[in-house]
Amino acid sequence: MLYIKEYFFVSMVIFLLGMIGIILNRKNLILMLMSIELILLAINLAFITFSVHLGDIKGQIISLFVLTVAAAESAIGLAILVAYYRVRGTIEVQKMNRLKG
Amino acid sequence: MYITIVLLPLVSAIVAGFFGRFIGSKGAQFITTSSIGLTFLLSSFAFYEVALSGSPCYVTLFPWMDSGILFVSWGFMFDTLTVTMLVVITSISFLVHMYSIEYMESDPHIPRFMSYLSLFTFFMLILVTADNFVQLFAGWEGVGLASYLLINFWFTRLQANKSAMKAFIVNKIGDFSLSLAMYTIFLVFKSLDFATVFALAPSFYNNTITLFNMEVDALTVIGILLFIGAVGKSAQIGLHTWLPDAMEGPTPVSALIHAATMVTAGVFLIIRCSPLFEYAPFSLMVITFVGSITAFFAASIGLVQNDLKRVIAYSTCSQLGYMVFACGLSNYSVSMFHLFNHAFFKALLFLSAGAVIHAMNDEQDMRKMGGLVSALPITYSMIVIGSLSLMGFPFLTGFYSKDVILEIAFAKFTIEGTFAHWLGTISAFFTSFYSFRLIYLTFLNNPQSNYNTFIKAHEPVFFMLIPLFLLGFGSIFIGYITKDMFIGLGSDFWGNAIYISPNNLNMIDAEFLPVNIKLLPVIFSISGATLSVILYTLFAKNIVTFKLSPIGKMTYGFLSKKWYFDKVYNEYVVQKLLDFGYNVSFKTLDRGLIEVIGPYGIANTINAFVKRFTNLQSGYVYHYAFVICISLTFFIFFYGLWFMIQDLFDIKLFFLFIINLLFISSKY
Repeated sequence: MLYIKEYFFVSMVIFLLGMIGIILNRKNLILMLMSIELILLAINLAFITFSVHLGDIKGQIISLFVLTVAAAESAIGLAILVAYYRVRGTIEVQKMNRLKG
Repeated sequence: MYITIVLLPLVSAIVAGFFGRFIGSKGAQFITTSSIGLTFLLSSFAFYEVALSGSPCYVTLFPWMDSGILFVSWGFMFDTLTVTMLVVITSISFLVHMYSIEYMESDPHIPRFMSYLSLFTFFMLILVTADNFVQLFAGWEGVGLASYLLINFWFTRLQANKSAMKAFIVNKIGDFSLSLAMYTIFLVFKSLDFATVFALAPSFYNNTITLFNMEVDALTVIGILLFIGAVGKSAQIGLHTWLPDAMEGPTPVSALIHAATMVTAGVFLIIRCSPLFEYAPFSLMVITFVGSITAFFAASIGLVQNDLKRVIAYSTCSQLGYMVFACGLSNYSVSMFHLFNHAFFKALLFLSAGAVIHAMNDEQDMRKMGGLVSALPITYSMIVIGSLSLMGFPFLTGFYSKDVILEIAFAKFTIEGTFAHWLGTISAFFTSFYSFRLIYLTFLNNPQSNYNTFIKAHEPVFFMLIPLFLLGFGSIFIGYITKDMFIGLGSDFWGNAIYISPNNLNMIDAEFLPVNIKLLPVIFSISGATLSVILYTLFAKNIVTFKLSPIGKMTYGFLSKKWYFDKVYNEYVVQKLLDFGYNVSFKTLDRGLIEVIGPYGIANTINAFVKRFTNLQSGYVYHYAFVICISLTFFIFFYGLWFMIQDLFDIKLFFLFIINLLFISSKY
């Protein structure tokens, strides 16, 4: 018997932690990337939980896909980060407001 | 022939107006005068054929409006009433055209002037020949337009501009009422043809219509609305203020429009609609009261006016009052008879006054004239003839109609009849008083003008004298010649043009009044004239002392300020309306509410919102993430709970929110 509630609760907590990490983080861009990883993993956990609970393999397949995408995403993110550091000399999120309209 | 009567003046107006620069002043004068002369000739034939031989003529040309049950065609009706008006209009118009040739000879805009005169004649003919209310209304508006153009003929004069606008706007009130009357007639009768409406009038007796949520008598409403229209055009009390001011126009215009023809359009309307009025006794009573009050008040104002033309203008107003109350007493034929006679002697008075003004270098103030009897003997005799005729001196034209009017008023034996009789008799006294005051101040008094003007004063020559002679002849004999035809007992002259309910007939009662009642108007007239001459010859100083005494100041001021009508209108109506127009409808509504809700409001709202949204666009990633998170939460919340909260949200509420937002963000 799978404790679906508990598993989903854990997934949700991790998701919210990732969310809060993005919103409250003012200093470091790497932390933001890590938070995104956290969110993706939380979603993965939820996928796998429901896949097991519903006896459907599709959820697990999607979670594998998500892992792949997450790896690619963090690689691209780190690359952008390095390039950004070279241009601006800082990775502080608070100073990244060039999108301001 | 009948269509030619109507169209010839239009052709001459077009030729003189649009091609005046090609045909020149002389050409314009010749063409317009000869066309109107020809029209007069044709009108005389029409008069013979229709009135004397008793064969009314109806000409329907082609449909004008055809929509559902509304069918209006261009139709011309020539019954006795119409041809009588035709003779009056075309003869006076012809004489005025002829008179203008000399009177306006030094004016640079002669073709335009002649064209306007002919245009006026055309519209007047449309008005009197109409066989339905719409066509009558077209002529009615047309004469208003022509009146505006002619008063404003010397358009560089500010006073003329103001008078013309006043005439037009005050007339518009009456026109508006006339159009309301037309709508009511169409509502009740489902037709606007005279023939249909008048034939059906008895069957709608005591019918009611709903007006302002009240059940009122249909014919009374129609009668009163028609009468207000007539009040505007015929310068009865209340809407009379334009008539004295209209004297700013050239004198021939005053003679043609503001004495003989256009102002009688209101009386004509009442006479034309006699079958309607006969079944609306209450409106007849209103007409009697308004007419007799007008006769009295205009005569009393005429007592103290110093402008030569204004005295005659108030006299016109007073005589129109006589005509109107004669209509109110159901004696339409008598009213028409007075209209007919009045046209001649009032045109004579105006044209003679024009000759005086012409001789005095455009001086109109009677106090600056005097002694002209030696310089202008012919004009003097003409003014005396006109005045004697006006005041009803026995056996002149005015005597026949005016005395009959006062007799029928007495013979009515009702409250309004007696009221009209007394006011009319007192007005007769006033009339002769101011007529002889005019004659005395202008002709008999010691010369008050400056030496050069007086020395150069001369009689007019041919073109101005011929109309004077003809009108003088008319002023003496017309009444005597036509009395039995117009108002003789048992005369079948009017045919079906006028309907008098058998209950309202009182010509026979009027025939057998006591002699002293019959003589009363003449006695009053002669005593008024005598008093006037005695006062101004022997007691001239006492008049001045009386004017300077407190009570004299009060009465004189009251009369010379025209019973304060203009003051009250300007201060309590016009000024208030202007203030309302500027402060409320312009500033608050047009530039305020409409713009806040409309263009400026929307533009400002969008601007203000855009500023706020710009502030929202901080550029920080964590802000965006936060907004996304919060919005998502709200969306999910509303989506999940929509079944609970949908009752709180109303489309009207949203509308109010949006309007509020417009006001909050607008700068006004």
